[in-house]
Amino acid sequence: MLNNLFSNQIVLGLVQAAIAFTLALVVVLIANRRGIHIEKEVIVSLLRGIVQITAVGSVLLALLKSPNWVGIPILLGMFFAAGRTAARRAQGVNGAFNASFYGIALASGIVIGVMSWLGVIEYKIMSLVPVGSMVISAAMNSNALALNRFKAEITAHIGLIETALSLGASPEETVRPYVQAAIQASLIPRIDALRTLGIVWIPGLMTGMILAGSDPVYAAIYQFVVMGMIFATAGLSAMITMAFIQKQVFSPAEQLLIVSAQQNGNSDKKNNS
Amino acid sequence: MNLAPTQDSAVILRVENLGYESDGKTILKDISFDLSRGEHLAIVGSSGSGKSTLLRLLNRLLEPSRGTVYFGGQDYKEIPPRELRRKIGLILQQPYLFPGMVADNLRFGPAQRGETISDEAIAELLANVDLPDFAARDVANLSGGEAQRVSIARTLANSPEILLMDEPTSSLDEESRQQVEKLVCGIAQRQELTFIIVTHDMEQAGRLADKALVLEQGRIQRYGKVEEILHVK
Repeated sequence: MLNNLFSNQIVLGLVQAAIAFTLALVVVLIANRRGIHIEKEVIVSLLRGIVQITAVGSVLLALLKSPNWVGIPILLGMFFAAGRTAARRAQGVNGAFNASFYGIALASGIVIGVMSWLGVIEYKIMSLVPVGSMVISAAMNSNALALNRFKAEITAHIGLIETALSLGASPEETVRPYVQAAIQASLIPRIDALRTLGIVWIPGLMTGMILAGSDPVYAAIYQFVVMGMIFATAGLSAMITMAFIQKQVFSPAEQLLIVSAQQNGNSDKKNNS
Repeated sequence: MNLAPTQDSAVILRVENLGYESDGKTILKDISFDLSRGEHLAIVGSSGSGKSTLLRLLNRLLEPSRGTVYFGGQDYKEIPPRELRRKIGLILQQPYLFPGMVADNLRFGPAQRGETISDEAIAELLANVDLPDFAARDVANLSGGEAQRVSIARTLANSPEILLMDEPTSSLDEESRQQVEKLVCGIAQRQELTFIIVTHDMEQAGRLADKALVLEQGRIQRYGKVEEILHVK
């Protein structure tokens, strides 16, 4: 219907974006009625999303004519932005950005590097940047879930962690179950995506390849390759980030810093209440 | 007060000008006292006076902002934290037990340094806290009093030289409180254990301790023999 009303493709796109925006706002409104306040976060994210993706569309045009090395600073910029976004899920935990950045950069770097070396991803800027962005985005989501869960688990189990420390356990030992829970939780969406691949979800990459004239079977297999890469990066990134972050919640004298920050000398009051 | 590290071998713990600040707020200031081997100290004071914070500083779960603690004549900052915490055991107000069996909880501390304790040793530890045949019980099925006694046995499994107890009976009913108090007295006598107990109950402080320290707004208000300080016994 909209196609008949708007002949200009850009105007058509903007109208479609406005409809999608409105649908998202309806969800925010329903959430608000139920006492879930995500208005600011969702509206800012939607606005940022449309501006960023439109800018990238313009950049991709320029990339077609750029040398391959230009892909490296672009990927580095993505590592940085993804690390910052995921680290927000662990606000108040020292070093969350560094842990997240290292996790994303190392995991994505290893997977993109190996796949490029094997020739699965073409060492061309037009392959590296879009495939890299998918992989980095998966690492970011996985890190955000892992960091969020890790912080929640630590906060909920301060008594058990302190007890284990007071019995002479190493910091790593005291948080091991919570690190495991965080990594497991971060991979749930990836495992579900693999499980329902082709049944519930037909990914865009495969659709695009078929529309561009690729053999549908090859497009499907290549989509699976990308999904495998995404899963590997997400898992590796969460594990590397957790390896870094679990050290950050303890001082060099093996004291739980989250407790120190929260306590503020109120332990007597808390105990007596 | 400026005390030199003790040369007196009977003194097991010397707290020297200990202070703790958090977010620019002074929680504890100029805390100094000595504890000899086998002595029992009660720390009393109103809510928010810094009693629990002091225990956490002694176990080094918190880092002092000022001063230090000498354990057996050695600055405790020079002792590896895990070794220190094993030797200065801490029992919290809430008995946080690890999911699983009672025996698993008792094995936890020794396992951290690669030691395995025998079934006989576990039975002895449990007999010490009047919980015979509890080794295979699931901790989820214990009452509050039983859980607190398991947590005491678990700390004792580490063979500490000093026991720190943060209101160990405050969340228990009267019967359980009496049981825990009785076994703390019994263990302390049998093992000549040095302990520090934080309590609100002046009568309990009188029953359990030789010395008392009254904290008020993070400072020592009074310190000395329990009968002189608290006018009990």
